[in-house]
Amino acid sequence: MKSDRSLAATAPRKAPTGVAGFDEISGGGLPRGRTTLLLGGPGSGKTVFALQFLVNGARYYNEPGIFVAFEETSKRVLANAEGFDWQLAELRRKKLLFVDAQPKPDLVHSGDFDLCGMLATLALQAREHKARRIVFDAMDIVLAMLPNLAARRREIYRLHEWLLVCDLTCIFTLKASADEPTSITQQPYGFMRFMVDCSVILNHSVVLGVSQRNLRVQKYRGSSFDENETPFVIGRAGFDVAIVRLLGRTDADVTNERVTSGVKRLDTMLGGGYYRAACVLITGFPGTAKTTLSGAFAEAACRRGERTLFVSFDSDGAEVIRNLASVGIRLDRFVKSGLLSVVSSRTISGSAEMCLVRIKAIASTNRARCLVIDPVSAFSKPGNELTAHGVAERLIDWSKSSGITLVCTSLLNEMSGQTEGDTSLQISQLADTWIHLNYLVQAGERNRGMSIIKSRGTPHSNQVRELILSNAGVTVADIFTAGGEVLMGTMRWEKESAERVANEVAEVAGKLKRVTLDAQQAELKVRLKAVQTELIAKQVEKTLLASTTASRKAEILRGRVRMRQLRGADAASPRRK
Amino acid sequence: MAACGCASYAGPTRHPRGASERIMTRRTMFKFRLYVAADTLNSVQATINLNALCRAHLPGRHEIEVVDVFREPKRALAEGVRMTPTLLKLAPFPTRRIVGTLSQTQRVLDTLGLEADVQ
Repeated sequence: MKSDRSLAATAPRKAPTGVAGFDEISGGGLPRGRTTLLLGGPGSGKTVFALQFLVNGARYYNEPGIFVAFEETSKRVLANAEGFDWQLAELRRKKLLFVDAQPKPDLVHSGDFDLCGMLATLALQAREHKARRIVFDAMDIVLAMLPNLAARRREIYRLHEWLLVCDLTCIFTLKASADEPTSITQQPYGFMRFMVDCSVILNHSVVLGVSQRNLRVQKYRGSSFDENETPFVIGRAGFDVAIVRLLGRTDADVTNERVTSGVKRLDTMLGGGYYRAACVLITGFPGTAKTTLSGAFAEAACRRGERTLFVSFDSDGAEVIRNLASVGIRLDRFVKSGLLSVVSSRTISGSAEMCLVRIKAIASTNRARCLVIDPVSAFSKPGNELTAHGVAERLIDWSKSSGITLVCTSLLNEMSGQTEGDTSLQISQLADTWIHLNYLVQAGERNRGMSIIKSRGTPHSNQVRELILSNAGVTVADIFTAGGEVLMGTMRWEKESAERVANEVAEVAGKLKRVTLDAQQAELKVRLKAVQTELIAKQVEKTLLASTTASRKAEILRGRVRMRQLRGADAASPRRK
Repeated sequence: MAACGCASYAGPTRHPRGASERIMTRRTMFKFRLYVAADTLNSVQATINLNALCRAHLPGRHEIEVVDVFREPKRALAEGVRMTPTLLKLAPFPTRRIVGTLSQTQRVLDTLGLEADVQ
């Protein structure tokens, strides 16, 4: 269940822990000026969390702190904390005070006692250092020295009162049996859980040999919180609590930019390639060229000059490069130029959670824009079943929000048959583009078929294509369908060559026909010309005839008039009268 | 001083040369410092118990300084006093530190090296 963010905002003042993810779970941090109980088994990270709370307080929130060490000496606590990037030595001078409060070994007890001495001295130190935060590490050590339950209870209440007066934000760490955190109510200091304002349980369990850590906020007075168990890892920066996107967080920027898949035909099948910052899933059985397809993407990304990270869980980085070179994907030059980093499983091990943290760390130091994970199904190795899905979800979430184009391959179980089965991670629901590769065994051949199962927001081909690997690279070919059967490989080639021969024959026949027709056409044209010439001659003759006829008529008329003139005036005189 | 050194090696009570040590301790002045937390129940109890014990076992040869941690936290800090009441035996050597109301008299006497005087 997710807490309502608006509720958390109106909650009382909180002291931010600065622990990645924890402030989101708790809606802002630990209750300020109150007590928080940190419960956990051995090695569950109680001291680390508590120390980080002080370190971040001193460094980022200007709240100096006091660390009261009951179990380990402060020297050892400091030595252990050297492994983190906290620069403790620098902080220690001004803002962090370590108080050794281990019971002295030569101490003799006689009768009842109380912790007033400690509180009086701590009050003095808190005043001197203007401390706002305090950690009592391994409170159980002190409590165990007190003779009875009543005394323990009394001292805890005394401490509680004192903290309220001093206005210090406090963390108690307390050992709890790792396997049964609930049994603590039966333990002598179980009452502490009821007394404190906030209680956080740290679990460290081993599932099939894989270490899994998670934490849970059990109670938080006056505030809403995420009630689920949340996985976390302890890295160089300390705690890293894995949070899935919380409600109310703004969506990542969405872009229409496309990036090539590295295979031209595939780009056209997808209507232009993958979307930038999309999550592409390539599923398939072993040997269906999943790695090759993702390698092609990586090469194309490097060609564009984008920094790329290739995470290989199957084989060594050098092997991947060699193997991909055999199909014309040359990655070695990009490794040399520093554009591409290939990380193999040998350097990333441990739980899925740990893998994710490492991948994120490497990707951010490399400023990678494209990321290939081959295969992502390695997350669900035995022991990680419970967390793997969450890890994959957060991986996608993270890559999207940081604008990284993610291509992950996923191995399908051979036993699940040739159907397009879902991956165990159910990552296919989250993926934007899902490309499925499978084998088609036919006529004594095993050929690779490729199809796009889904591609959000892009038109995509519904056809199964044949994926051909050669030393020239990866190509995608159309397959033949004949009589309801798809043809691939040699059969497709045969069909293609048969088609070519048939085409040639048809072409020759066509040419022949064209020549004949041309000849006929020419002949007709010649005949047409002759007839036309004859027509023109006839027309000329006709015109000539017409003109001679007209001139003759005129001549006759003129002759008659002249004759009359010659015959005498009588003909004219009567007319003059 | 040599005797004191030996005592520190073998513990104050079960020493083979207990006789000579006893003679020395009879003359030695016992210096105590008792850290208390104001007038809390435990602290008051400890003060009463210490006074009674000194009257019974160290008449006329003991000095008790009572320090209130709330009034003088710096001293408590300097001497690493975490719990109250805390009794420090400053002299004779070796120094001892007892936490609590000092109600278990036998244990207190053992710790202070006063067992022989009880008999």
